[in-house]
Amino acid sequence: MIDKADLWFVILALGVGSFGFRFLFLGVVGDRALPEWLLRHLRYTAVAVLPALVVPLVIWPQATGGEPDPIRLAAAAATFAVGYGFKSVLGAMGAGAGVLVLGALLG
Amino acid sequence: MRDPKVKESFWRGLRDGLPFLLIVGPFAMLFGVLATEAGLSVLETMSFSVVVIAGAAQFTALQLLQDNAPAVVALASALAVNLRMAMYSASITPHLGALPFWKRAFVAYFLVDQTYASSVLDYEKHPDQSLAEKFAYFVGVMLPICPPWYLATLAGALAGEAIPSDGGLDFALPIAFIAMIAPALRTPAHRAAALSASILAVGFVWLPFNLGLMVAGIGGMIVGAEVERRIEARKAQDTAQAARTDVAGGTTEGHTRQDSTHSETRP
Repeated sequence: MIDKADLWFVILALGVGSFGFRFLFLGVVGDRALPEWLLRHLRYTAVAVLPALVVPLVIWPQATGGEPDPIRLAAAAATFAVGYGFKSVLGAMGAGAGVLVLGALLG
Repeated sequence: MRDPKVKESFWRGLRDGLPFLLIVGPFAMLFGVLATEAGLSVLETMSFSVVVIAGAAQFTALQLLQDNAPAVVALASALAVNLRMAMYSASITPHLGALPFWKRAFVAYFLVDQTYASSVLDYEKHPDQSLAEKFAYFVGVMLPICPPWYLATLAGALAGEAIPSDGGLDFALPIAFIAMIAPALRTPAHRAAALSASILAVGFVWLPFNLGLMVAGIGGMIVGAEVERRIEARKAQDTAQAARTDVAGGTTEGHTRQDSTHSETRP
């Protein structure tokens, strides 16, 4: 049984901390000009952090207990290929979902 | 909202956010189920989702509390999972930093993986948007993601049963992010950033507290920025050279020019 005081401490402190992270730059920097070298790095935040978030999930999926799974690898590859080749987000999602469904049917 | 362009951005955001309903719904429901199974009341479960509004961190904190880890350890681990939000905040500030204070607070509260990624990628794809249009896009993309997060948590807490997650539904989140990122890899710098971040993420996956993600993210940003800087420097050199050839009026003029335009238009 989780201690109620612990629980509320974690909920509130985690809420404050998470908002703090999210507000850190938006709130404090606002519309002050940032140096060019920093702006250049920030242009690549999305294309760096999101692949870093996703690639381990693709190689070691949680649902298989961390075992690499050929269907999920194929689905990720198909999603990337369609997204990169055709520049279509929905098309890429469809390709990935298609491979997953096909894999589930055949498996 | 009377401005048609602002409206257009809002609707584009709403449309871009809709596919995430499929991911957020089951994920939040699962949190509701696990939290009530761990003995949390409906109020406590909902407070978690409303106050924290960050999926992975919520699961981490709940898991550790359930394993009788000290509250401080549960808190620190969950905060580490959320460190990337500070990078999101920095990255979206050049776009939305000029908003009034309450709107920046609003954006900060709703800044999660999906809203951040959709917005920043849209701002890059449509760079001519005004501040009002960018904010409208953010609100649009947030609506199918964040309110459903609360509602599905509630549904899970009340029902006590999650949507069965076999059939690859667990994989919807990676698929959605890959689908968003792949079309955004337009320049060599973007591709280098994504590739190096991916390699670093695999190489540093052993780091505790999810810190491998931070190492990989920052490493990818450094690589992307450096590649961009070198390409810019080379372009500047080419332009200077072309200008010199122009002045000299040499026969290679047309050739050099063609070369430099060619390298500029290449993605």
